[in-house]
Amino acid sequence: MSFISYLVAGISLGSIYAIMALGYTMVYGIAKMLNFAHGDVIMIGSYVVFYAVNSFGLNPFVSIAVSVAVCTLLGIVIEKIAYKPLRKAASLAVLITAIGVSYLLENLALLFFGSDSKAFPDVLGLPALSLAGGRLKIPGITIFTIVCCIIIMAALMSFIKYTKAGQAMLAVSEDKDAAALMGVNVNSTISLTFAIGSGLAAIAGVLLCSQYHVLNPYTGALPGIKAFTAAVFGGIGSIPGAFVGGLLLGIIEDLSSAYISSQLANAIVFGVLIVVLLVKPTGLFGKAIHEKV
Amino acid sequence: MNDKMKKLSPSTTELLKTVLGLVAVYIVITVVSMTGNLSHSMNNILAELCIYAIIAVGLNLCVGFLGELSLGHAGFMSVGAFVSATFTHAMADAIPSLYVRFFIALILGTLCAALAGFLIGIPVLRLNGDYLAIVTLAFGEIIKGLLNVFYVGKDNSGLHFSFVTDNSASLGEGRKMIINGAKGIMGTPHVTNFTIGMVLLIAVLVVVTFLVDSRTGRAIQAIRDNRIAAESVGIPITKFKLIAFMISAGIAGIAGVLYSHYLSTVTASKFDFNMSILVLVFVVLGGLGNFRGSIVSAVILTLLPELLRGLSNYRMLIYSILLIGLMLFNWAPKAIEWRQMHRIKLPWKGKDNASS
Repeated sequence: MSFISYLVAGISLGSIYAIMALGYTMVYGIAKMLNFAHGDVIMIGSYVVFYAVNSFGLNPFVSIAVSVAVCTLLGIVIEKIAYKPLRKAASLAVLITAIGVSYLLENLALLFFGSDSKAFPDVLGLPALSLAGGRLKIPGITIFTIVCCIIIMAALMSFIKYTKAGQAMLAVSEDKDAAALMGVNVNSTISLTFAIGSGLAAIAGVLLCSQYHVLNPYTGALPGIKAFTAAVFGGIGSIPGAFVGGLLLGIIEDLSSAYISSQLANAIVFGVLIVVLLVKPTGLFGKAIHEKV
Repeated sequence: MNDKMKKLSPSTTELLKTVLGLVAVYIVITVVSMTGNLSHSMNNILAELCIYAIIAVGLNLCVGFLGELSLGHAGFMSVGAFVSATFTHAMADAIPSLYVRFFIALILGTLCAALAGFLIGIPVLRLNGDYLAIVTLAFGEIIKGLLNVFYVGKDNSGLHFSFVTDNSASLGEGRKMIINGAKGIMGTPHVTNFTIGMVLLIAVLVVVTFLVDSRTGRAIQAIRDNRIAAESVGIPITKFKLIAFMISAGIAGIAGVLYSHYLSTVTASKFDFNMSILVLVFVVLGGLGNFRGSIVSAVILTLLPELLRGLSNYRMLIYSILLIGLMLFNWAPKAIEWRQMHRIKLPWKGKDNASS
C-alpha cells in the first residue's frame, strides 16, 4: 500500500511539474529561449494567492483567478521589457537576461514579502479520499492536482488545434519568418505564449504550495528548474512531451526520495536529465531538428 | 618603446600591462598593510578578492571565449575545495610541512576539478546553448547533493568513506572526521593569503592569455563565432570545446582550493546556484571576453557591499537590475543601432568581444 501512496504522490508532484513544464516548453518552442524566470513567476503567483486569502479574505477560487490575472500580466510585461528587445540577439544574451529577471523577481519578493517562509494554507480544503477500507488515504489536493493537469492539457491541446491563435503559435514555432509572410503577427503570438505560460504558472504555484505548505522567495526556483528538466525529458516544444516528462520526473523524484534517500532525490532527478540528454538529446517526444547551413 | 616590445603581440602587451598593474597594486597594498594603515576587515578580504577574481577569469574563459554559458562553476569550485581540504587533512601526519601539503593539494584540487569538467563536458558539450547551461546547473546541484551526504573519516588504519550514512561511530583508534556530510569540512588550516592569491591570479591570467592567443585559442573563438563554419574548415568542435571547458573548470578548482584554505569551514551548500550567478555577474559586468574587466568587476562588486553595509539588503537586487540593463544595452539590436548613431564606444568592451 505504501508503494501506491508514494506513486500517487509522485503522480501529483509530476502533474505540477507538467503544468510548469508547459510554460517552458511553449516558450522554448516559439521564442526559442529558456525563460529562466518562469519558476519565479510561480512564486509570485503563490504570494498573490497567499495574501488574497489571508489578508483580504477572498474566496480561494477568486484569489486563484486574481493570481492567474496578475501572473499573465507579469509574463507579458517581462516579455515586453526584457526579452522583446533581444529577439534578434545571441541566445547567450537572452539567457543571461532571463537569469537576471529571475533574480530580480526573487529579490523583489525578498524585499516586499520578507525572507521568512510563510505557512501556506490548504486553500482549497478538499476532503481526502479513503480507499481500500481506509488503508490508503489520498489527500483531496492530490486528486485535484491530477485532474487539473489533465484538464489543462486537454484544453491547451484543443486550443492549439482548433483556434486560429493556436495555429498561429504552431506556425511561429515552425518558422518565424514564413509565418510572418503568411500574415501571422509574430510579436503578439509570442506575447500570447508568454501570457498563457505565466497564467498556468499561477495555477501550478497554488497547487505546489497547497501540497507543500511552504512559501518563500525561493520556492519557485528549484521546482522551476526541475520542470524545465521535465520539458527537456519529454522533448522540448512538445505538449504531450511536457505531460509525460513531468509525470515521469515526479514519480522518479518521489520514489527515489522514498526508497533511496530524500537528500539524494534532487541529485537523482538531475542525473536523469544528464542521462536523457546523453542518450536522446531530443527527449521522448521531440523531433530531431536538422540544422540548415 | 624598444624593439622587443614592438615584436610582442598586442594581447601579450595587454597582459604585461595587467600583470604590472596587479603587481603595483600588490606592492602598494602590502606597504599600506605593513605600516598598519589597513583595517582588519580589509586585510581579511584581500585574499577573497583574489579568489573571486580567479573564478571570474575562469568563467569568462567559458562564457566569453567559448561562448557557452556555464551555471555550474560553483560545482567545480566545490570539487577543488573538498578534494584539496580532504588531502590537507588526510596527509597531516605524512607531510608535516603545511605549505608543501597545500601545494600538492592545490595541484590535486585543480586536476580533479578539471577532470570533473572533462567528465561533464563529454556529454554536455555536444549540446548547444541553453541545454549546456541547464546541464551545468544540474551538475552543480548533483555535486552539492552528493557532497551533502558524503562522509570521510580517518583513523589509525586509514581513510574510511561512507555515503548517506554517517560512519563516525565505526571509526577505530585515532578517529577524526574529515568530511562530515552537510556540516562539511571543519578546521582546515588557514593558508590562503593575499600573496598566494595574487601569485595564482597572475599565473591564471598568464595561462589564459597565452591559451587565447594560441592556435587552440583561435580555434575556440572560431567555434564561438560560427560553429558550422569552424566545423567545415576541419576544426574538431568537441575537442576544442572540451579543452576550454576543462581549463575553465580547473581554474574554478583553483579558486575552490584557495577558498577552502581561506575559510576554516566549508560546506557544500556554500557552492550553490547563487555563487555561480554571482560569478556570472562579475563576468558579464566586466565584459565578456575581457579578463581584465572580470578582475576589476570582481574586486569592485566584492568590495562595494563591504564598504556600503547599509546597501547589503539591496545588493542582489541591484546586481540583477545591472545584469538585465547591461544585457539590453549591450546586445539589443536597437541599442546597438543607437550607440552607432551616437558613436558611443563602450569602454568596458574587450576587442575580442563576441558581439562584434
